[in-house]
Amino acid sequence: MALVELRNVSKIYHLGGEEIRALDDVTLDIDEGEFISIIGPSGSGKSTLMHILGCLDSPSHGSIRLDGTMIQSANARELAAIRNRKIGFVFQFFNLLPKLNVAQNVELPMVYSGISGRERHQRAMAALEQVGMANRSQHRPSQLSGGQQQRAAIARALVNNPRIIFADEPTGNLDTHTGEAILELFRQLSSEGRTIVLVTHDPEIAAVTPRRIEIRDGKIAEKLDLTLAGLSPRGGRVPHEVHDQEPGA
Amino acid sequence: MQLLNTIVAGLKEIWSHKARSLLTMLGIVLGVASLVGMSALIKGMENGMKESMVAMGGADKVLIREEDVPADQEHLADQAPGRTMYDVITLKQSAPLVRVVSPEMRVDAVVSRGDKATWPGECVGVWPAVLDMNLHTLAHGRFFSDIDEEEARAVCVIGTGIRDELFGSPEEAGREIIPLGEIIQIRGQPFTIVGMLTHYESEEERREREARAKAPQQQQAGPQRQRGWGRRNWAFWRKNNTVYMPLNTAYIRFRAAGDRDGIPDWRLSDIDIKVHDLSILEPALQQARNVMMVTHRGIEDFTFQTQENNLDQINAQIRNTRISGGTIAGISLLVGGIGIMNIMLASINERIREIGIRKAVGASAFAIFSQVLVESLAIALLGAAMGVGASYGMVKILESITPTGNAPVITPLALIVAVIFSAAVGVIAGLFPGFKAARLNPIEALRYE
Ligand SMILES: Nc1ncnc2c1ncn2[C@@H]1O[C@H](COP(=O)(O)OP(=O)(O)O)[C@@H](O)[C@H]1O
Ligand SMILES: [Mg+2]
Repeated sequence: MALVELRNVSKIYHLGGEEIRALDDVTLDIDEGEFISIIGPSGSGKSTLMHILGCLDSPSHGSIRLDGTMIQSANARELAAIRNRKIGFVFQFFNLLPKLNVAQNVELPMVYSGISGRERHQRAMAALEQVGMANRSQHRPSQLSGGQQQRAAIARALVNNPRIIFADEPTGNLDTHTGEAILELFRQLSSEGRTIVLVTHDPEIAAVTPRRIEIRDGKIAEKLDLTLAGLSPRGGRVPHEVHDQEPGA
Repeated sequence: MQLLNTIVAGLKEIWSHKARSLLTMLGIVLGVASLVGMSALIKGMENGMKESMVAMGGADKVLIREEDVPADQEHLADQAPGRTMYDVITLKQSAPLVRVVSPEMRVDAVVSRGDKATWPGECVGVWPAVLDMNLHTLAHGRFFSDIDEEEARAVCVIGTGIRDELFGSPEEAGREIIPLGEIIQIRGQPFTIVGMLTHYESEEERREREARAKAPQQQQAGPQRQRGWGRRNWAFWRKNNTVYMPLNTAYIRFRAAGDRDGIPDWRLSDIDIKVHDLSILEPALQQARNVMMVTHRGIEDFTFQTQENNLDQINAQIRNTRISGGTIAGISLLVGGIGIMNIMLASINERIREIGIRKAVGASAFAIFSQVLVESLAIALLGAAMGVGASYGMVKILESITPTGNAPVITPLALIVAVIFSAAVGVIAGLFPGFKAARLNPIEALRYE
């Protein structure tokens, strides 16, 4: 059984009588331990997909199973608990709380899972160690560079030991060099067995992951456009991915 | 644990907007201060009244007062007998529910000795029952005997106030002065002092006197004693400035020789009674009334004034204070609550993104809601704490301008009630902003710039 099973998921927005299909009948499996990128041009529905996968949003149609739980029928409280324990988010704009220091930011998810102060601190320090930020634990986010902020955000995503980590354009706000270092960090986490989903519009970044899913106009593309990627696929899963998409799915 | 974190986070948030939070708290501060101040005033009033009531004879003392005859007896008005010894003796004999009957015959007289003279608080002819009636304690000498009464002897018992005026106060003299056996003039007639009452004072006066005794150097020049006015408790002043003589003495020496019209006036100026127990007050008064309707031949020219009537007046005064204080407090708390709600709405508007982040990492709607609520509660409680501080200051000021007997007293109950009220205001003011924050959609909140 896959870690995430998405079946015929649609997300429809209504704007002034007009129907916008941000996601259109998406079916997708993500296995435990996969390092996967979701790629597509701006406005194609990547973030919408990630929000639904990440239990921040619920689909208009279709079903999602995450780690054995059907989440399209979960209520807001259950979704919050799932986000808290099973999911880690990394955002383009880091989204650290400016008034808290790095350690406190990393502790934040554990605050909402009712973990004691001492354990929180220990685990936050361990996570910061993992991303190479232990020596900055007392800094405010504003005292850090973009790359450092993103590392702190990754530590926050890791700290509750989630089943899956979603990163939405994690390098979008970083220079190339720093961005590469962050991608390297993700690759390393992946090699430690983490399940990571990278959302990006940049084929070069997508090229880092063994498996890529291209999304266009809310649909998973029939065929991965390798010329768009401009690179030869590294992982062996691309043909399988294309094969997965049954016609009419 | 989680709650503690929420509280700490809330306090930090308040601290980071010190000026704004302070302004927001003002309403609560004012509300609590007026609530506590008002109840302190009332408590002070009650204390003063209680002391005065005891000084005047206690809650079970009933005055039989002269009253205009009712309208349907108008034609009998000139036959109204007034209160006389006939009433007193009949009451003693025929009203068993009445425990003490104390007749009084007032003498309007200046009391003098040598070149010193004073108007006593009251100068009356009495029976020994007056000691029980007015809760007097004889400190020195004796009270009047049956022979004093029978022979209408020129003897008197004085209070310490009269002693102070005519013989000097022990405080000034530095020694006790007990003028037993001395002669004083009451309306020009010589009277021998046979007894002196104890010194009466309110709690407040006692404390002041003791403080003065500790720092005797600080006596100021000029007139040293305050009279019956100003900050002194009137009831105690009057009680100390008492001159008692036997009832018969008062009649024979000041009334029997005739009044304005040359007719002896045997009417009493007061009859006070006490019943066996306040629980039988009603039937006892009924009994007394029945007796007096006989002695007055059915002409109802008297009425009973119980301390309850006094209490009613006091209570009305207290009610007024309560209403005005309560209104100010209520309005202040309301305004304070609106202020808090306003500030909380502004605060969550500034923190939409923060709320989105918190939700993304797993904060439930309830966690967000309680965070807002705790913050709003914390503002209210901080305001309440400051209000309590302010009310202590206010009471200090009031203490210096109200009569000492009525010095305001802050009670723990008032503090508790005020704090509970502010807490309620904080919670109510936090509800709507809390709901608003809790319902924020995390995706939109995260996208919010
Ligand atoms: N809250 C919304 N209301 C209406 N339309 C939306 C909303 N969110 C996203 N969309 C639309 O859905 C589509 C996909 O958006 P999004 O998933 O953010 O794209 P991406 O992340 O790939 O740039 C876009 O056309 C966007 O305008
Ligand atoms: Mg996007």
